Amino acid sequence: MAIVFQKPHALTDAVLHYCPGCPHGIIHRLVAEAIDNLGIEGEAIGVAPVGCAVMAYDYFACDMIEAAHGRAPATATGIKRCRPDNIVFTYQGDGDLASIGMAETVHAAARNENITVIFVNNAIYGMTGGQMAPTSLPGQVTQTSPYGRDVNHCGWPIRVCELLATLEGPEYIARVAVNNVKNVKAAGKAIQKAFQNQMDKKGFSLIEVVSACPTNWGMTPQKALEWVESDMIPYYPLGVYKDRTAAKEAEAK
Amino acid sequence: MKTTQILIAGFGGQGILFAGKFLAYKGLLEDLQVSWLPSYGPEMRGGTANCNVILSDDPVGSPIITDPDVLIVMNLPSLQKYVDAVVPGGQIYVDSTLISEKVERGDVQVYYIPATQMANDAGVPTLANMVMMGHVLKNNPELTFEGTEATVAKLVPPKKAQLVELNMKALQAGRDYQ
Amino acid sequence: MAERVLMKGNEAIAEAAIRAGCRHYFGYPITPQTEVAAYMAKRLPKIEGGVFLQAESEIASINMVYGAAAAGFRVMTSSSSPGISLKSEGLSYIAGSDVPAFVVNVQRGGPGLGGIQPSQSDYFQATKGGGHGDYRMIVLAPASVQEMASLTVKGFNLADKYLMTAMILADGTIGQMMEPITFEDVQAETYDKPWALTGTKGKRPHNIVNSLYLKPDELEQKNFERYERYKTVEENEVLYEEYMMDGAELCVVAFGIASRVAKNAVAAARKEGIKVGLIRPITLWPFPAKVLRRAADQVKRFVCVELNMGQMIEDVRLAAECTRPVSLCNRAGGMIPSPDQVLESIRKAQKGEM
Repeated sequence: MAIVFQKPHALTDAVLHYCPGCPHGIIHRLVAEAIDNLGIEGEAIGVAPVGCAVMAYDYFACDMIEAAHGRAPATATGIKRCRPDNIVFTYQGDGDLASIGMAETVHAAARNENITVIFVNNAIYGMTGGQMAPTSLPGQVTQTSPYGRDVNHCGWPIRVCELLATLEGPEYIARVAVNNVKNVKAAGKAIQKAFQNQMDKKGFSLIEVVSACPTNWGMTPQKALEWVESDMIPYYPLGVYKDRTAAKEAEAK
Repeated sequence: MKTTQILIAGFGGQGILFAGKFLAYKGLLEDLQVSWLPSYGPEMRGGTANCNVILSDDPVGSPIITDPDVLIVMNLPSLQKYVDAVVPGGQIYVDSTLISEKVERGDVQVYYIPATQMANDAGVPTLANMVMMGHVLKNNPELTFEGTEATVAKLVPPKKAQLVELNMKALQAGRDYQ
Repeated sequence: MAERVLMKGNEAIAEAAIRAGCRHYFGYPITPQTEVAAYMAKRLPKIEGGVFLQAESEIASINMVYGAAAAGFRVMTSSSSPGISLKSEGLSYIAGSDVPAFVVNVQRGGPGLGGIQPSQSDYFQATKGGGHGDYRMIVLAPASVQEMASLTVKGFNLADKYLMTAMILADGTIGQMMEPITFEDVQAETYDKPWALTGTKGKRPHNIVNSLYLKPDELEQKNFERYERYKTVEENEVLYEEYMMDGAELCVVAFGIASRVAKNAVAAARKEGIKVGLIRPITLWPFPAKVLRRAADQVKRFVCVELNMGQMIEDVRLAAECTRPVSLCNRAGGMIPSPDQVLESIRKAQKGEM
């Protein structure tokens, strides 16, 4: 009997702890598929964040390390600078990457650190129970913005891809989503490209995955995916924000 | 057993720390125990700079000098600050081009050397510090003038070997000053 | 005999680290330890596999150290007091993940931004924690430029041996001063690191470097195991120096630069006929408590000399188990006591005054 669908090799058999309807499972799978497709599981070293994906070290079958909150790009830098031939990636949420770890993110990008960053943006702190994130939308109700995010009081959401794309440093910056089949397929391709770039020693690649948090958004999984389409994506438009190699090739033509 | 505590002080930019390094290396090459401690921080950039050098037959205890045997000063504030700290019977070297004040103590040996003027005259205007060092060597028999060139060569980067000659010129001028 | 060379204490650390096999340095500028970074910046790029990287912050640099250590490499960072506060988060993670790291603190006066002159006011931070959680660091306190080098090599070896952080707790004076040193004794030990992140190569289950244990019984067990290891360190790795303790009735206790000043005072006091000696802890953790407890049977009083408001004195009192009075001779904020001030404290102690 032909196998038409199976769990990627780069995922362990551990049962994911994520909430029902959480897209982290999809994104884990996309990362693992990229690792499988490129045949790099034996070389890969992953850096887990603090946040919902804190236990990613149990799910990915490659060597893993658990970083301090926001410091994954720094920890990844330490590993990569010692082991330039290994494939080093971080998997971070919005609080981790865009709030407490913004300095580490920006500077790893500015150095064009040859690592792959998977940035899951679901506009909320999930693990701690639904507080306002640096990417929470204006007016969004969370535990710490119970009357809706007031931008005059606590500022505006940060568009990470747009911000990083202004830097000379990084190789590849793209935003994808996992709210429908078409977007999931595109996300998988982008993630694989981000790993391929590292293998080709091109430098820093960051894929922002616009995701959902049905539990803390207080929505059904289906409603949450609809909200991604209706509210998240308009604020965080999908697309490639920087692709140095493509830009160079276009220029050459 | 002999220990000589040497305090060198002046403005930042006069080569105070370099002069101290010279003495430290001189001691090193003569197989003495040595410590060299600079003042550090903002005063390095224009304010006062000082440097503690201890040369000893025995391991050096505290590298911080409170009662110097030898005081070398290249500006007035330094002389005023440290003149009373010198031990009775000690030596004070004064750059008399920059300091017109005289030392009023009778229990110390004072040497007035117009080092800045002499350095200018010798065509090595930035090396008044080494003119002072030349005179210090002359009056401290445990630091013979012999081997001075080797000491300077240790201090000067290989790419700037021509500086050895200039430093020697300044040192000799200081040694020969009567 | 190897050649004697004159070196600054900070440079001696850097050179010794390279000789100990350290090829990776991650740091952030701060006075008065800058020469460590400057030396590494110059040397490491010229050595095969060598990497010097100036990070965006102390926080980033210690987390780079964490990553590099987890990758199985000898790695270091250096800083001064305010910077070590920032690194304390990473130090806690490194302790919780049981990876070896080497960290230098060339102390300056605090708290807050404090000053830039020498101090020993991070004794508590180094020996009692700094970061959160139950953990220890091996804390080495050099008193000379030669020891800056030899304890650096020792620190790398101990870190690898016990899978923990070894910290050099120096101060601005020893960092900035030059003394002759020789490098003949450098013995870099090597240890297998089967836990390191190398990539599985498809040949073994994945390695996980981690400090998260959500099940309290598991976390407790981890702590128990770690403290068993710490116990071995306490039993085997205590270092100290005794000076003029023969027949001593008073004991001065001082580490680092304070011990150098205190030695002058002890020698001067002996000339006055005062029977005084000195014990210098070289490892501040593990603290030479047994040595001091034995000394308590010999002497009538202890005098602690410190460049802080009285920190090590608490450990001396604990070690003496209330059998003998302990007095404090101190300066703070970047000031250093003169040998005369210490001598006066010794005279007072002899008369039974505090």
